[in-house]
Amino acid sequence: MSIIDPIELPVPYSVDEINREFWKLCSTHILHFQQCQGCGHWRHLPRYMCSKCGSPDWHWAPSSGKGVIFSWTVVHQPMHPAFGGKTPYASVIVEMEEGVRIVSQIPELLIEDLKLDLPVEVYFEQRTDDVTLPFFKVIE
Amino acid sequence: MSDRSIRGKVAVAGVGETTYYKRGQSPDAEFLLGLKAIVAACDDAGISPKEIDGFCSFADDRNDPSRLSAALGVKEMNLSNMQWGGGGGGAAGVLQNGAAAIAAGYADVVVCYRALAQGQFGRYGQGPQVPYIQGERAFTSPYGLMSPAQMFAMKVVRFMHEHGIKQEALRALSMASYHHAQNNPRAVMNGKPLTEEKYDNSRWIVEPFHLFDCCMENDGAAAILLVSAERAKDLKQKPAYILGAAHGSGYRAAAPVHNSGDYPSSNFSTVAPHLYRQAEITPEDIDVAQIYENFTGGVLMTMIEHGLCKPEEANDFFQLDNLIAQGGKLPLNTSGGNLAECYMHGLGLQIEAIRQLRGQSTNQVKDAKIALAAAGPMVSPVSTIIYGTEDTL
Repeated sequence: MSIIDPIELPVPYSVDEINREFWKLCSTHILHFQQCQGCGHWRHLPRYMCSKCGSPDWHWAPSSGKGVIFSWTVVHQPMHPAFGGKTPYASVIVEMEEGVRIVSQIPELLIEDLKLDLPVEVYFEQRTDDVTLPFFKVIE
Repeated sequence: MSDRSIRGKVAVAGVGETTYYKRGQSPDAEFLLGLKAIVAACDDAGISPKEIDGFCSFADDRNDPSRLSAALGVKEMNLSNMQWGGGGGGAAGVLQNGAAAIAAGYADVVVCYRALAQGQFGRYGQGPQVPYIQGERAFTSPYGLMSPAQMFAMKVVRFMHEHGIKQEALRALSMASYHHAQNNPRAVMNGKPLTEEKYDNSRWIVEPFHLFDCCMENDGAAAILLVSAERAKDLKQKPAYILGAAHGSGYRAAAPVHNSGDYPSSNFSTVAPHLYRQAEITPEDIDVAQIYENFTGGVLMTMIEHGLCKPEEANDFFQLDNLIAQGGKLPLNTSGGNLAECYMHGLGLQIEAIRQLRGQSTNQVKDAKIALAAAGPMVSPVSTIIYGTEDTL
């Protein structure tokens, strides 16, 4: 399965400041998540307080970039015109080593090879001048 | 939680439905559909619409109580209530809210209703058709994940893999709904039976959901009239009493981008215990179940989380013969449900539970005394009611 026409596919456009920082940090080609400065708990997607200890203090911390396939679905009927020529494709949930989960794709992995807990690592693709998206590949 | 309970305090006096249409085919505007269903529920009960003094709805229904009161000529409105949640998760919660208001003395005759004309307004089931995505969706849409079917499929994939549940279990759930719809003249899919071959050959929407695993899109309206248990004794219909009612979800169930703690879940694991405690019954006491099918995988998890089946038994339990009204172990979705009767955001399933206890179903379960009707699997909040006949009080 190959990707992807960079012009027509939906890309993030954030008015929310914390969300915008998440996407901006992707342009460094290192995945970052928020980490609580009260208890060290990692969280995604970005938000203002820790659901574990309640602390409002946090910072962006680099992820190892490694995780496992937590779940997936194979999409046959596109729900957006930009994906019309791309089906079937798999959207995946990756559970990162830090414990947070992120939605992405593993473009080089065949659909029949998808399985729970398969180790994967992040890489990045620039989509527009402003947007770089994280994708994943299988760790050999 | 406390030992307070709604058990036996409130009863269903009347039910009403419009004709159910395929999406976009209603000749009536949505508001008129709502009025027709409410008037039908009043006729069924033998109560004048002017006697209604409470209105409860859910799923962001557009037909607000003030307009309805004016149109119906109600003498006074004493309750105006909306259950949060954009999908059908409130289809039982709406009755829970209405029942609570009656028990508290806020209102005497409460109508719980849902009117839906997707032709007049927008369609469900599709993602936003725009190139720039804000907020939570920005973290999923670039990867082709934007509709409820796609989001929920991922919960079901994980659940099925964890427990070794086969596709045939989902097929049996779909076939049960279609089986029952063939005896129900109200059902949109009446006259359109489903076979194993037809299911297997139907197109995938998103795996593990074939076309027949997904609910329909419909126009129509449904309404349920609630009164106190005392009042219900003197009305036209045999009362169906609310034995237990619960809504909610567990710890961070709606955590964004698939970060909930108990991920492969229908979100009933915290709700069901409250329900059974109030109702003072166990899952074994349920005679018939009506479980909201947004997608069949949600039905499967809902039944397991209500203790109606163990995960390790799922492949044996979820077989068509076990799920039909004609001698099945646990008859399921006996009207045809959201898959084959009508997708009225699940209120039709509540009405079918009530019909079973009155002995009025087109797929009547013999001597049904206790019926469970659950709403909205995999969303938050979800909700369930257990109804019982007078014998169960």
